[in-house]
Amino acid sequence: MLLAGRTVLLRGSGALWLASERALVVADLHFEKGSSYAARFGQMLPPYDTRETLTRLEAEVAALEPATLIFLGDSFHDGAAEDRLAADDADRLRALAVGRDLIWAVGNHDADGPRALPGQVIDEMAIGGLILRHEPEPGVQPGEVAGHLHPAARVSSGRGSVRKRCFVTDGQRLILPAFGAYTGGLNILDQAFAGLFAAPPLAGALGGRRVHAVGPKSLRPD
Amino acid sequence: MVPADLLPPRFSEWFAARGWSPRAHQLAMIEKAKAGRDALLIAPTGGGKTLAGFLPSLIELAERAPRNTPAGIHTLYISPLKALAVDVERNLMTPIREMGLSIVAESRTGDTGESRKARQRIRPPDILLTTPEQLALFCAWEGAREYFADLSCVIVDEAHAMWPSKRGDLLALDIARLQTFAPRLRRVGLSATVDDPDLVRRWLGRHRQEDPPPLGEVAAKPTEGASAGLRPSPSGPPGHLPQRGRIDASSVDLVLGSGGAQPVVEVLVSGGRVPWAGHTAQHAMAEVYEIIRQSRTALVFVNTRFQAEFAFQELWKLNDDGLPIALHHGSLSAEQRRKVEAAMARGDLRAVVCTSTLDMGIDWGDVDLVIQLAAPKGASRMVQRIGRANHRLDEPSRALFVPASRFEMLECRAAADAILENHLDGEPARVGALDVLAQHVMGCACSEPFRLVDLYDEVRSAGPYADLSWEDFETVVDFVSTGGYALKTYDRFRRIVEDKDGFWKARNAQVVQRHRMNVGAIVSPAVVNVRIGGGRRPSRSGSAPTLSGARSDAKPASTFADRARGGRKIGEAEEGYFEQLTPGDTFVFAGQVWQFNSLVGADAYVSPAPAKDPKMPSWGGSKFPLSTYLASRVRKMMHDEAEWTALPPDVQEWMAYQKARSLIPDEDEMLLETFPRGKRFHMVMYPFEGRLAHTTLAMLLTRRLDRLGVGPLGFVCNDYALNIWSLRPMDELDLPDLFDQDMLGDDLEDWLNESFLMKRAFKACALVGGLIERRYPGEEKSGRQVTFSTDLIYDVLRKHQPDHLLLRCARMDAATGQLDVARLGDLLARIKGRIRHAALDKVSPFAVPIMLEIGRERAPGDAAGEMILAEAEEDLIAEALS
Repeated sequence: MLLAGRTVLLRGSGALWLASERALVVADLHFEKGSSYAARFGQMLPPYDTRETLTRLEAEVAALEPATLIFLGDSFHDGAAEDRLAADDADRLRALAVGRDLIWAVGNHDADGPRALPGQVIDEMAIGGLILRHEPEPGVQPGEVAGHLHPAARVSSGRGSVRKRCFVTDGQRLILPAFGAYTGGLNILDQAFAGLFAAPPLAGALGGRRVHAVGPKSLRPD
Repeated sequence: MVPADLLPPRFSEWFAARGWSPRAHQLAMIEKAKAGRDALLIAPTGGGKTLAGFLPSLIELAERAPRNTPAGIHTLYISPLKALAVDVERNLMTPIREMGLSIVAESRTGDTGESRKARQRIRPPDILLTTPEQLALFCAWEGAREYFADLSCVIVDEAHAMWPSKRGDLLALDIARLQTFAPRLRRVGLSATVDDPDLVRRWLGRHRQEDPPPLGEVAAKPTEGASAGLRPSPSGPPGHLPQRGRIDASSVDLVLGSGGAQPVVEVLVSGGRVPWAGHTAQHAMAEVYEIIRQSRTALVFVNTRFQAEFAFQELWKLNDDGLPIALHHGSLSAEQRRKVEAAMARGDLRAVVCTSTLDMGIDWGDVDLVIQLAAPKGASRMVQRIGRANHRLDEPSRALFVPASRFEMLECRAAADAILENHLDGEPARVGALDVLAQHVMGCACSEPFRLVDLYDEVRSAGPYADLSWEDFETVVDFVSTGGYALKTYDRFRRIVEDKDGFWKARNAQVVQRHRMNVGAIVSPAVVNVRIGGGRRPSRSGSAPTLSGARSDAKPASTFADRARGGRKIGEAEEGYFEQLTPGDTFVFAGQVWQFNSLVGADAYVSPAPAKDPKMPSWGGSKFPLSTYLASRVRKMMHDEAEWTALPPDVQEWMAYQKARSLIPDEDEMLLETFPRGKRFHMVMYPFEGRLAHTTLAMLLTRRLDRLGVGPLGFVCNDYALNIWSLRPMDELDLPDLFDQDMLGDDLEDWLNESFLMKRAFKACALVGGLIERRYPGEEKSGRQVTFSTDLIYDVLRKHQPDHLLLRCARMDAATGQLDVARLGDLLARIKGRIRHAALDKVSPFAVPIMLEIGRERAPGDAAGEMILAEAEEDLIAEALS
């Protein structure tokens, strides 16, 4: 698709591919969200979310061989999440940094970014005419790529309805779906999305292998 | 004959003053109690069953010597229904008051006020009437052992309804716990008539293991545990191994009440015709109303809430006499239900339209007729419902079946015959669920420290867990402690910990508090509040999934004023129902027509609708599967032309047409028809195994047909038949191969793993087992939020640890409850080599009802999801090109 005049690729995984920069962008991984519940409440959710997220990320890296891998914030669920990483998961993360640059934009959940892992920690960055940051700025922001909101769409047709994570865009700015295994979604008809787009946005619903473009008429609230 | 001197003078005088004489089974219960025996009383309603259960306790309490120390609870009464506990409390006061006994009997339910609950803890009543959930809470309390030390009797009411369920598992475990606290405890079960009393006796009884394990030796040796610090036990402690616990039904004596008069059961053929299809029996309403008019008080039973709404609406349209006709079902607010029950008890009502909410419970002497609208689905349930009429044993109960369709006509006839012949549906034996055990283990740890081996023995003394293996027990304890994951991330966050002496206890007060807020084995479908109001767009506060993130993970770009919550609550309904409606749709609820405005979080907003004619919601069929026993009777009746004469002329004609146009199979055969219609090709089968088993079969067949390149497009099922349609003809298929039993192997496994049924079953197990929580301190998650997050958890867990305890539990629940896999297996075995194929050029008379059901079902699953996305996309392209 064209985003603020330049070509970008929306991946069925929920990642964004900037081909000319060979940059792969993923948002809201929330590593170690599962273990945060055990630590805080003694609630033993399956501790496999980090490796599940990593597996998906590795598949994208293998498919595209990016030179730069950009994490668009909230990569870790909380400040202590990095310390809770299982050793093999941490190894896999370090392996991703071999032969490429890792860039960690910070988010509200991981305001300091990782401490021990390789890569560069930033607040926001400009790349190929686009601005990448965690939280979308209010108002119309041509060329902004952000995450934070975990967009999801309820798509309805005559056959019924289905709820999927999605990209949201009006052609000027783009909001990425959350990439993490335990990250939920917020319906894009929610008011949190109001005021961010100049025109009624399209949803790019994640359909497994590809992204389906969905127009406003097919969207439903939850 | 039992000697009457079992009754102390005060009691026999009371009976005499009332003009009664004690019934044989009442005296028998006293005799069993005196002998210290556990007893199961099976008697029809109206036979003084409840009194029979309490008499021994009343006598013991009346004759007890005065003591200086305050006594603890003497008798604990457990009812499946809160209302029943309260009602029995009231009924119990009559003999206590009239005999001037100094006995305190009090109920304690979720509705009991906090001050009363606190007082009950400090000064226990002699008799406490409560529910299984309250008992589970008691057992998770630190003072439980002392509190129940004086307990001499536990009475389980409606035991027939309680035992074959997770609630029954939990109750059996808690009773085993009580027995440990009070070794002399006597167990009493009260049950309606059942097909196999031994199953109930086994559930109620105490099970002794044949060889007591060498306790000291095992428990004294602290060893480094394998996973959760448990004793390593490839083979477990000696004597604890897969040896079967002795299933000792004989530890519970059986007492039978006298039979009562044979019920009079009729089948209504309204206006001499039976509709082809449908679930509502709308055609018969005028006649049903007339019959209500001629009765004293009628109970009108239906099988679903929405059938209840519909029937209530239809009856009031006809109610020119303004008869007091009320409505009672599980979606109405508790307050509304209590009002109806009270009016019923006063004898103010002429009829109540109700669902299974009134299957059991309070005795109403005035009911003289039970009407079953739409087919009864099982003979036992029907006997129970008929028992609600006329609680005088010497007069026959009257019942009227009103079939809603032609197949239902066959079923009603078969059910009426079965009831007259006193044949009831059999229940399969039950193995206790491990998610329930997990909850119980956590509860025990909250109450007091325990040793593993002691708890293992106690658990196995409960009927459903008599055969529990040491490995499974260990797995459950490990799950409770650390979540039971192969990845040992959570060892430092354990919920229960073992001390150096081998005692396990809860880690801290927070863990205990969270457990107490989540006790119970009932997981209801996600329920939303139905409120009057316009509703708004979903706002963050209403719709953000808590566990899954957006709410806590993302802060809104701007903040919104908190939407004023409100609107009077008129009841509750299953969330799935509103998902089918679009704003503006009209529907019937609580007997009125409403317009659906919006679904916001856990609230559905509605407003009174101007229209008198609601848009018909899609009526589901029965939520009860057709019983195996009744199904076999229907098949037999269908084949036996001599039995057709008992059917109305139009149904006979329909069957004769079927015989001429297609064929009528033998009793042990299954008919399969193929025919084209429109651009589609249909395959219709008639296994009569109930909607659940049919849906499972259809899912599996569809997968196979897909592989064969037939291009199946969809299917629809009811209790009698299933219908699959496809792009290409299915006349030439290799049927024996298609229906081979191996479909229950890999095909079932593959499908199950990705099916939404598994996700739903997993959610229920995760809630019961304590993986996720129903309630957090200070907030209650709506079912909607839970659904959403457990799906994510399920997907991840399935991929990384497919043999996890909760996945095992979910698979078992799905296979039994949701899918009826056992029944499907029986079906495939039964029809092997016995499929009668009729290749037709058009739809057959039998196929008409199931053809009419097409379009009512919603497509679930991932494949359908993809199709929806694709279609929505096509719409967008079409829009762009136009």
